[in-house]
Amino acid sequence: MHMADALLSPAVGTTLWAGTAAITGFASHRLKKQIDDRTIPLMGVLGAFIFASQMINFTIPGTGSSGHLGGGMILAVLLGPHAAFLVMASVLTVQALFFADGGLLALGCNVWNLGVYPCYLVYPFLYKPLAGGGKSPGRVLTASVVSAAVALQLGAFSVVLETLLSGKSELPFEAFLLLMQPIHLVIGIVEGFVTAGVINYVRTARPEILASMAASRPLGRDVQLRKVLATFAVLAVVTGGVLSWFASTHPDGLEWSIQRVTGSDSLPEAGQGIVSVLKRFQEKTAVLPDYSFAPAGNEAQKAEESPAWPMVDGGTSAAGIVGAAVVLGMVLLVGLGIRSFRGRNS
Amino acid sequence: MTFNRNYFDIGRLDRLAYGRTWVHRLDPRSKVVATLLYLLTVVSLPKYEVAALTPFFLFPVLLAALAGIPARFILRKMLIVSPFAIVIGIANPLLDTRTAVVIAGTPLSGGLLSFFSILLKFALTVGTTLLLIATTSFPGVCHAFRRLGVPSLFVSQLMFLYRYLFVLMEEAMRIVRAREMRSFGARGAEIRVYVRLVGTLFLRTVDRAERIYDAMLSRGFQGDIPTLGRSRMAAADLLFVATTVGFLGLFRFVPVTEGIGRLAQGVLG
Amino acid sequence: MSHHIVEFKDVHFRYPDGTEALRGVNFRITHGESVGIVGANGAGKSTLLMHINGCLLPTAGTVTIGDFALTAKTRREVRKKVGVVFQNPDDQLFMPTVFDDVAFGPLNLGMDDAAVRERVDQALALVNGRQLKDKPPHHLSAGQKSSIAIAAVMAMGPDILAMDEPAASLDPRSRRLLIALLNTFNHSKIVASHDLDLILDVCQRCIVIGGGTVVADGPAREILTNAALLEANNLELPLTLQGRS
Repeated sequence: MHMADALLSPAVGTTLWAGTAAITGFASHRLKKQIDDRTIPLMGVLGAFIFASQMINFTIPGTGSSGHLGGGMILAVLLGPHAAFLVMASVLTVQALFFADGGLLALGCNVWNLGVYPCYLVYPFLYKPLAGGGKSPGRVLTASVVSAAVALQLGAFSVVLETLLSGKSELPFEAFLLLMQPIHLVIGIVEGFVTAGVINYVRTARPEILASMAASRPLGRDVQLRKVLATFAVLAVVTGGVLSWFASTHPDGLEWSIQRVTGSDSLPEAGQGIVSVLKRFQEKTAVLPDYSFAPAGNEAQKAEESPAWPMVDGGTSAAGIVGAAVVLGMVLLVGLGIRSFRGRNS
Repeated sequence: MTFNRNYFDIGRLDRLAYGRTWVHRLDPRSKVVATLLYLLTVVSLPKYEVAALTPFFLFPVLLAALAGIPARFILRKMLIVSPFAIVIGIANPLLDTRTAVVIAGTPLSGGLLSFFSILLKFALTVGTTLLLIATTSFPGVCHAFRRLGVPSLFVSQLMFLYRYLFVLMEEAMRIVRAREMRSFGARGAEIRVYVRLVGTLFLRTVDRAERIYDAMLSRGFQGDIPTLGRSRMAAADLLFVATTVGFLGLFRFVPVTEGIGRLAQGVLG
Repeated sequence: MSHHIVEFKDVHFRYPDGTEALRGVNFRITHGESVGIVGANGAGKSTLLMHINGCLLPTAGTVTIGDFALTAKTRREVRKKVGVVFQNPDDQLFMPTVFDDVAFGPLNLGMDDAAVRERVDQALALVNGRQLKDKPPHHLSAGQKSSIAIAAVMAMGPDILAMDEPAASLDPRSRRLLIALLNTFNHSKIVASHDLDLILDVCQRCIVIGGGTVVADGPAREILTNAALLEANNLELPLTLQGRS
C-alpha cells in the first residue's frame, strides 16, 4: 500500500514532505538529547531487520495471498515512538530508492501513512493503554491486533485522501474506500498477530532484551498528549493552508474530487484569483501558449459544454500524437546512439 | 514461505551504482537535486496531459545511456514494481467515458487520456528513481542528504540500514533454508513458523547490534557518527543541474511535442 | 613508565546471568611481544579480550594497560592504546564504505580532515587495500574484509593489536596472506584463536586458558608441542607438528 508518484500532485506531495520532514527533525532532535549511545547502531540494524524480514513471505490463511511484517507497530513497541519513527522513515526511504516502491515524491505520504500513525498516534493512545505493562501475552496480542489494524486503516484512508486530493484518479470516494479499507483490515489483523507473536517470542526466549530496550529509551513516558495534539494542530493548519491554496489554483484537483465525493455538479469558477494571475503570467512568459490554457474563445466555449474538461481540441492533440511519436523516436535514437558509441569506445 | 524476488535485484542495482562513468562521478547532491526537480516537474503536468510528457523520457534515457546502465534491467525492475498506481489508474477509462478528443476519426475518452498520463508518469518517475540509485552509490546519496540538511541521526540510520541490509538478508535466507531442509517442503501453521523465524532473526539482530556497538566503542565512538567534509560541487555538477533545470523548464512550459508534431505534419504535407 | 604494557592481576569476571567466566587471571605482556591465547570453547578467551580495551570491566582484580589502570573513567584513553579486532568482520566494519570505516576511528580522535585522509591512506596501504577505498564492505571478500577490519583498527595508531579468531572465515590463501601481514607488524600482538598453526606462525609466546584461569604460559614452541597439556584443554597439536605420513 505505497502511495505512488504517478498518482500524486505536486501540492499534496510537497505538503506531506514538509510534514514528515518537520516530524523527522523533531524526532531527531528529541532522540539526540535523550538517547543511549547503544541505541544508535540498534536502530539502524533493526531497520535492516525489518527489511530482511519483509523478504520472507508467508501465506495468509484462507486467502492465498502473502503477508509479512509491516514494521511501524513492532518498532514502536520495541524502541518507543521517536526512534521507531526514524527507523520506519529510513526503511521507507530505502524502499523508495531501491524498489522505487512509491517513489521519492510520494515518500512524504508513505512516511506519514506508515510511520506517523503507528508511532505517534496508535502506539501512545491505543497500544500502551491496551497492552498495559506488556507482561501478559494475551493483552499484547489484543493490543497488537487492534493497533496494527487501526494504524493500517488510518494509512489506507490517507492513501485514499491523498489520491483524491491529487485528482489524477477517477475513482469515486466510496468505491475507493471500499477497495482499500477491507483488504487493509485483513492485512492489519495479520500484521497484528505477527507483531504480537514476535514480541511474545522474544519475551519468552530472552526476556532481558525487552527490558534493556525499554530501559535505554528516551526518558520513559513517551509522548505527551498535549505536545502531540499541538503538533498535529500545527500540521493540520499548514496542510489546510497549502491545500486551499492548491484548490484555488488547480481546478481539476481538489474541487474535482470534492465534486466526485459529494456528487454535486456545481463547479467553482475557474479563471479567477490566482489562476487568472498565473495564466496572464504564463501568457506573457511563454513563447507558445501552453495548450492547457488554449486561446480564450475556444476555452470558454469548451468550458460551457463540459466544465470539468481539459482544454484540448482535436487539432492540438493530433499534432500532439504525431509529436509524441517523433519525440519518443528521437529519444530512443539518442539513447541507442550513445550506447553504440560507448560500446565502440570501450 | 517464500522469498520476495524483488530482493535479489537490490544487489545488482547496488553493484551498478559503483560504476566509473561520468554520470557516476557527478556529485551525488547534484543528482539528488536534479532528480527531485525532475519528479516534481513530471507530476506537475495536468491530469489529461499525454503528449507533453514524452520529451521527459530524454532525461532517464540519457542517464542510462551515458552511465552504461542496461536498459533491459531497469525496464524489468519497473515491471515488478508495486503496480498500485496502475491498479488505481485503470479505473479511469471505465469511469470517465466522455469523449475528450477525436483523433483520425477515433474518439478517445477522457479516462483513457488520464490513464495514459498516469502510465507515462509511472514509467518516468519509477525509471528515473531507479536510475538515480543505479548511478549513485547509496553512501553517496546519504552524504548528499546530510549535506542538504537532513538530520544526521536520520542519515546514520540510513547508513546502518544499507550496511546491514545485505548481511541480514543472507542471514534471513540461511534461517529459511535451514527450516526448509528440515520440513521437507511440508506446509501448514505458516504464521506460527513465520513468527519463530522472524523472532530468531530478531534476536540475532539484537546480538549483532551489541557487537557492533562494542566495535564502535573500541574505535572511540562517543555518540556521534563523524564524517569528513566532502569535496565541493565542481563546475560539471553545477552545469549538470543548470542544464537539467533548463530543459525541465522548456519541456514544462513550452509545448515542444506539439510544435514538433506540427512541424512533422507540415513536412509530410 | 612501566616496561610491561598489559598486566592482568587476579582478574575475575562474572556475567550478569551468574556465569563466572574469569576466575583469577594473571599475566603480563611486554612491549613488542606477540602472544597467542588458546583454550577450549567457553574457556574465557573472548571474555578476556573484551577486558583488554574495556568493553568489559573486571568484577574483581585489576587490568593495567600502559600507565592506566582500567576503569570506567580511563577506558577511553585505554582504547587509544589497544586496537581490538573482533571475530566477525561484518560487525567490525559498520560504516557504508571502506573509507568511512577506516576514517571512523581517526575522526573520533578529533583529527582534522587532512590528517584523517593521511591516516586512512597509510592504514589501507599497510594492508594493501588502497584500491578498496570506495567499496562498500558487502562487496569485499572475506579476506579483504578482515584486512580492512585490521586497517580500521590500525588507523587509530594503537600500541597493541588484539585479535579474536582473525582467520576464522578465511580460505587457506587469505589466511596465509593474513599471517604474512601480521608478521610485518612490530606492535605488541595478542591473538586469541583455535587455529594453533596460526599462533605458531605469528606468536612467540602462548597462554593456555582453561576454566577461567591461566593453565599454562610459556614459549609457543614449547606449549604447542606439549600434547598432554593441549589434549587436557580440548586442543590438539598443530597440524604442521602432527607429522602425518
